Amino acid sequence: MRREVPLTIVFVCGAFMAFQYFVPHHVSATIYQYALNWTIIIGIFTLTVGIGSLINLHYDRISKRKERWQYSIVTLVALAYMTILGLLSPNALQDPKSLLMTMYFYVLSPVQATMFALLAFFIASAAYRAFRAKTLLATLLMLSAVIVMLGRVFIGDFLTGWLPEGMRFSDVARYILDYPNTAAKRAIYIGVGLGVGVTTLKIILGIERTWLGGGK
Amino acid sequence: MPNDIWNTLMNLDRRWVYLVIGLVTFLPILVTVDTPVQITSEVKSVFDRVESLPEGTVIMVPMEYSPDTMAELQPMARAVLRHCFSKGLKVISTALQIQGVLLIEQDLRTVANEFDKVYGEDYVFLGYKPYPDIVILNMGENFRLPFPNDYYDNDLDDLPMMAGVSNYSSVACIVNINATSGVDSWINYANGRYKADLALGVTAVIATDYYAFLQSGQIFGLMGGLKGAAEYERLIGRKGVANKAMTSVSVAHVFIILFIIIGNVAFFASGRGKRA
Repeated sequence: MRREVPLTIVFVCGAFMAFQYFVPHHVSATIYQYALNWTIIIGIFTLTVGIGSLINLHYDRISKRKERWQYSIVTLVALAYMTILGLLSPNALQDPKSLLMTMYFYVLSPVQATMFALLAFFIASAAYRAFRAKTLLATLLMLSAVIVMLGRVFIGDFLTGWLPEGMRFSDVARYILDYPNTAAKRAIYIGVGLGVGVTTLKIILGIERTWLGGGK
Repeated sequence: MPNDIWNTLMNLDRRWVYLVIGLVTFLPILVTVDTPVQITSEVKSVFDRVESLPEGTVIMVPMEYSPDTMAELQPMARAVLRHCFSKGLKVISTALQIQGVLLIEQDLRTVANEFDKVYGEDYVFLGYKPYPDIVILNMGENFRLPFPNDYYDNDLDDLPMMAGVSNYSSVACIVNINATSGVDSWINYANGRYKADLALGVTAVIATDYYAFLQSGQIFGLMGGLKGAAEYERLIGRKGVANKAMTSVSVAHVFIILFIIIGNVAFFASGRGKRA
């Protein structure tokens, strides 16, 4: 029963959601609406599981003094602090000067922005070290990258402005984005779509059961 | 001796690269240079669509970005909002990424204040609900299902602007400013299932993923990164942060290309190219 019940639920829900997409009857629309609400409710429960898992993981790191366990203290203190702050001041979101908003705009915001800004440095360093014309394919990749980078900014056309229209960096960059890029992306999307469809069908029909977890 | 130079270049300390990139991105910000920005058709079509809407039309501008991607998407979002408010359009917005909710609320409020817009009459902010896929599907049925109340806890039926606005069919189009993979949900559900007219504003790094959807007509416009934001700022005739930053972006691109060239010359001149 431990396996049959979940498999039955998945089959009924999966088959219904596929069916209702093509049948816009008010009965199927109503049940569909219930299903959407249920998904949100179940999702909120998984959020609790996620927070519990986060606390367990970091508590374990601290108690066993694992590598860089000090950071886990920061994580747990931040989690508790922001939660308490939010609970103690429910109207904080309406007050730009509240402590919660201050923490968001003057701590979280600069930290996140800084982390993402570092990408520019890593990309430059990686381009210097890894972009090598070792093979024909690597050379094509490198040339495409250079043309698109130059074609997206004014310097590209500044350098090739003397060429006839259609041959300037911006035109070639446009061609690369519109044709080779789109063709490759489309092939990937179709492949992924078919894969998702097949996997979904296998789950609904109970052929794919790894999501049940556990042994036999 | 020359071989030593190439070997030195091959083993260059990465901190030199960091220093150069730091300088070439920072220094151009200090000088005001009007960098030319070519307007692309995919950005122009977003502008044209918004421009064509009559005053009082309801438009949806969902925004999903957080502080890490705000450098690219905040100028874009503000340019689109300025265009909407200057045209007298009514804006519905959501923020389906938890880390960006406060930022987006601030952006919306700031731009609305610039045009003396009144909350509830000229714009509505629905805020955040978890699980974007489900929220997007639910909004296709009725905005009131995932959001019975707005971000400020007002009943949607108490807001004058929401009278007669039920779902995507009540809005002229959706311009989604998004830094997350949630873009796919807007394409799959808002456009695919509910046939909403959709345009995207995304970060440069994921923009190439969506040209296929532009060609297929699933989205009617696409703005990519800071360049897309700079184009939109020019189209609305109000150059802002994005145009100012384009000089840094342009110079940084050139230096990255120079690094690639130097790296390759050193690679082959040092003899490693032959061994490879």
